[in-house]
Amino acid sequence: MRYVLRTSYRQDTRLFKEGLPQYGWYLVWLALALVAPLFLGVHLVSQLTFILIFAIAGIGYQILLGYTGLLSLGQAAFLAIGAYACVFLEKQGLHFALALPAAALLTGVVGAVLGLPALRLKGLYLAMATMAIGFIVEEVAARWTFVTGGNSGASVPRIEAFGYVLSRDVPFYFLCLALCIASLWFAANILRSPTGRAMAAVRDSDIAAQSIGVEVAQVKTKAFALSAFFTGIAGALMAHKLSFISPEQFTLHLSIELLLMILIGGIGSLRGVVFGAAFLVAMPELIAEIERMLPGGSQPALRPMAFGLLLVLVMLFEPRGINGLVEKITGYFRLMPLYRKGMFARQRGFAKSERW
Amino acid sequence: MLLEARELSVSFGGIKAVDSISFAVEPGEIFTIIGPNGAGKTTIFNLVSRIYNPTGGEIVFDGRPITRVPPQAIARMGIARTFQNIELFDHASVIDNLLVGCHIRSRTNLLADMLFLPVVQRQEETFRRKVEEIIEFLELEHHREATIGSLAYGIRKVVEIGRALALEPKLLLLDEPSSGLNPEETDDMVHWIRDIRDDLGVTIIMVEHDMSLVRRVSDRVLAMESGRIIALGAPDAVVSDPQVVRAYLGD
Repeated sequence: MRYVLRTSYRQDTRLFKEGLPQYGWYLVWLALALVAPLFLGVHLVSQLTFILIFAIAGIGYQILLGYTGLLSLGQAAFLAIGAYACVFLEKQGLHFALALPAAALLTGVVGAVLGLPALRLKGLYLAMATMAIGFIVEEVAARWTFVTGGNSGASVPRIEAFGYVLSRDVPFYFLCLALCIASLWFAANILRSPTGRAMAAVRDSDIAAQSIGVEVAQVKTKAFALSAFFTGIAGALMAHKLSFISPEQFTLHLSIELLLMILIGGIGSLRGVVFGAAFLVAMPELIAEIERMLPGGSQPALRPMAFGLLLVLVMLFEPRGINGLVEKITGYFRLMPLYRKGMFARQRGFAKSERW
Repeated sequence: MLLEARELSVSFGGIKAVDSISFAVEPGEIFTIIGPNGAGKTTIFNLVSRIYNPTGGEIVFDGRPITRVPPQAIARMGIARTFQNIELFDHASVIDNLLVGCHIRSRTNLLADMLFLPVVQRQEETFRRKVEEIIEFLELEHHREATIGSLAYGIRKVVEIGRALALEPKLLLLDEPSSGLNPEETDDMVHWIRDIRDDLGVTIIMVEHDMSLVRRVSDRVLAMESGRIIALGAPDAVVSDPQVVRAYLGD
């Protein structure tokens, strides 16, 4: 528990209630992100770009799962829609600077429509419905060849700006960094405003939310639309980073990896999204390193096994993911001489009331 | 009349949970509904807050019939409620729980929220000020930051009332405000309920089992048994009414 010294009501509406000591660390990270391309090779910058793209997709997922409590297994569909819409619009002659927001908005609208089952379904049933939506979108991407290029895939046009072709390496990294920071800022704003509180209300108790005048259906639709919007941005960026898109990139597997990313990164936290994205990108690299050391060479079972094992361990020992771990460690150092064992132990809640 | 129920009925598959009940609550009144388990007290609350649809009869609030109003619109009309088993937002702090109570007064849209425009900022400050008034009123200063999950049961009860007050309601429905409270906390609850009526001018309808609390705060008491009214009137008269005693204790 940490107490904030307040001197005005305005302070509570700020993003960082405690001022510089709190956002100082973020500034350090931002500075590191800005100078990283100077020190890192092409491959690592490319990996960083993927972290940023996954982080944007994760923001979308976190809004849906972490803040509104809606479990979707169809996030890959939103990535696909964002990617294909952006590429299609660009091929129609629209510039990337317009195609990206247009694709994101389109994905948002589709998200709101696909979110309609969420008004009726809960928990695992919703997960199943969204999974089905994922399959449908995958199938549409394979069949609607006029727009998507079908199973043979579609190449992604390069981004041009002021007569220059934007490289897919460092300049694209900065583009993703800017969009990721913007997305984080948008999401953080939503969370500190009435919209975000309504979402958390729906997550924790929809009957109570209703009793205080929150339009539950409207909030759920908004959450789906927002989630799809952010995921759509990520999809469009992903298409450009990969330079080639085909339906088999947007399968259930990707949706589940995004879910793992949120769970391992830390559910209900924007910071956790970035941790999760870093994990999702770094883990395969690490496993490749381990494989190199093993006598048998390539071990295809190693990656799913490592992911599965880690997920079980996270669920068992740190349900709030990497972010929870980081909070505990920083908390430990802040309270250094006063830290007691079990200070962060979870408390058992009272039994939830029976639902009517 | 602030709230009037006219021959209100609801049945669940053949069982008449509320059977043609009529009563009227005046503005500024503390009106208590008592009765043994299963008498239909909470059902009346759920009818008034529109969670259930009545199978017959009518509810009129503030001169307007609300029998067809959707449940989420009830709060906007000025009816707030608490729940028997506490329905707070467990993962949020006390401040956030109270802030979300201000939701119906929010005038900003998604886009404005996303950009946190100055208008959102000003609105947040207004809400925050209101929340602080409630925190002061209910003496919750020590618990501002605490997550609901870490609070004692008695304090959660008060926070839930606080959240209902953040709606600035005309009518407050309290479902068993003293359940799960120890005697001291129950004494405090008597004061809160009186203060809410006297200082904030909110009309209160409550369901309660603790007869000492009922006698101390109620203006009028309605006793129910198996969905019907068996007594209505001054607290002492109703509590000692032979029919009410029989309903509680049996013959």
